[in-house]
Amino acid sequence: MKKAIITVVGKDTVGIIAKVCTYLADNQINILDISQTIVQGYFNMMMIVDITRAEKDFGTMADELEEAGLKIGVSIKCQKEEIFTSMHRI
Amino acid sequence: MLNMFEVTETNNMIEHEKLDVRTITLGISLLDCCDSDLDRVNKKIYDKITSVAKDLVSTGQEIEREFGIPIVNKRISVTPIALVGGAACKSPEDFVTIAKTLDKAAKEVGVNFIGGYSALVSKGMTTADENLIRSIPKALAATERVCSSINVGSTKTGLNMDAVELMGHMVRETAKETKDQDSLGCAKLVVFCNAPDDNPFMAGAFHGVTEADAVINVGVSGPGVVKVALEKARGQNFEVLCETIKKTAFKITRVGQLVAQEASKRLGVPFGIIDLSLAPTPAVGDSVAEILEEIGLERVGAPGTTAALAMLNDQVKKGGVMASSYVGGLSGAFIPVSEDQGMIDAVTMGALTIEKLEAMTCVCSVGLDMIAIPGDTPASTISGIIADEAAIGMINQKTTAVRVIPVIGKTVGDTVEFGGLLGYAPVMPVNKFSCEKFVTRGGRIPAPIHSFKN
Repeated sequence: MKKAIITVVGKDTVGIIAKVCTYLADNQINILDISQTIVQGYFNMMMIVDITRAEKDFGTMADELEEAGLKIGVSIKCQKEEIFTSMHRI
Repeated sequence: MLNMFEVTETNNMIEHEKLDVRTITLGISLLDCCDSDLDRVNKKIYDKITSVAKDLVSTGQEIEREFGIPIVNKRISVTPIALVGGAACKSPEDFVTIAKTLDKAAKEVGVNFIGGYSALVSKGMTTADENLIRSIPKALAATERVCSSINVGSTKTGLNMDAVELMGHMVRETAKETKDQDSLGCAKLVVFCNAPDDNPFMAGAFHGVTEADAVINVGVSGPGVVKVALEKARGQNFEVLCETIKKTAFKITRVGQLVAQEASKRLGVPFGIIDLSLAPTPAVGDSVAEILEEIGLERVGAPGTTAALAMLNDQVKKGGVMASSYVGGLSGAFIPVSEDQGMIDAVTMGALTIEKLEAMTCVCSVGLDMIAIPGDTPASTISGIIADEAAIGMINQKTTAVRVIPVIGKTVGDTVEFGGLLGYAPVMPVNKFSCEKFVTRGGRIPAPIHSFKN
């Protein structure tokens, strides 16, 4: 399984998760885990997703998610899982 | 499964604490480009570099995008040109044509520096070595991206004082040739003792003759991350301090290891080493000096600086070695003056002198780095500075180097602007007493007694 981590940070507003999930569903990306908090009005979300079946190449997905985020005023990052596991797991 | 805290920590390091991979350096052997005909050598060199490195920059960018980690520089190091061009180049001018070829190839593949305009003369100079050394001023003036390094000594061979003396003149000549750009040429020229074969950092990178045909070496960075981690350990004892540095260095290095493996896999080039150096940039919050100040010094250069740096350097290595299978290159905190805002401030305030910097180089890599000195500094004094630094490396079995810039037309109190990653620097005073008779004696300083280990 190829995993990626999507993080969303920004001012809380209606429909952030909906927007991200719609994009993921449209692109054959399965969500494995979601955690979300709101700290002082700021929305903070992390998703672990399975990109094995995704058709688009990784860079394009990352760019499109970032763009979608900009439209609703949040920052969306999509990174391959290894950057985190290599840093935090021995 | 990863948790939010871990993900946020990594992304904070990248976004707010300037964590990056400083360089992916592709080492390319040019030994198979040797030829007795100069035009053919130039053609072979150009063809080899542009074919082996054609995907380097795009691969780097791909990795950046997928992992969300900036890779600041993509660079190339090549076999020391004195060896490659030796059969074809009969004069310094001949070597300059190779420098121009390297520059052209670097521009073609889109790397910002290419290192290896080098000669290894720790014991003696061949005619080719000497021709290359004498060509350096013209070569660096005629090119933009070529970096030059000369190894003038080692623990095993002692110091080649003829080369040390010659390099004093070449540094001055290079300064003169590039005086219109504040003697910028000297920022691309390093004089080494115990130069490593696999250093990914410029200006001293070259692809050693002990290396394979091509190899990927990666230099990590992250002074900002260490600084922020230490803010949380304020007032704690040395045990806590050391633990914090080690853990942080481990995390930083793991990112480097990941990037190195990915680059190696995608380019089909073997992975060489990770260089564990803490490399600062002129940006605020990306400074080794700020770490030392966080450890408890009012300013870098204050008494205690050498001890603090020794500890920092050692802990970075201890944390880093476990994070990577192969560690090499220079691997130590860099203390370049012009590339580190905290160092610049310390010099401007009078806290940091060349003599203190020299002491600091005894306990960290790499040497007197990016230091602007008065333009009227005599060649013999520069040779003396090189000899001092090389002696420290020779006796302590470590790499040391000198990259000083005698800025023509400027003197103490002036500031020099190099731009970009090279930063800016206040011109520092140099001891005015002469060492002319010492450096012009000729010959070699023998290898130290503790080098005889067989």
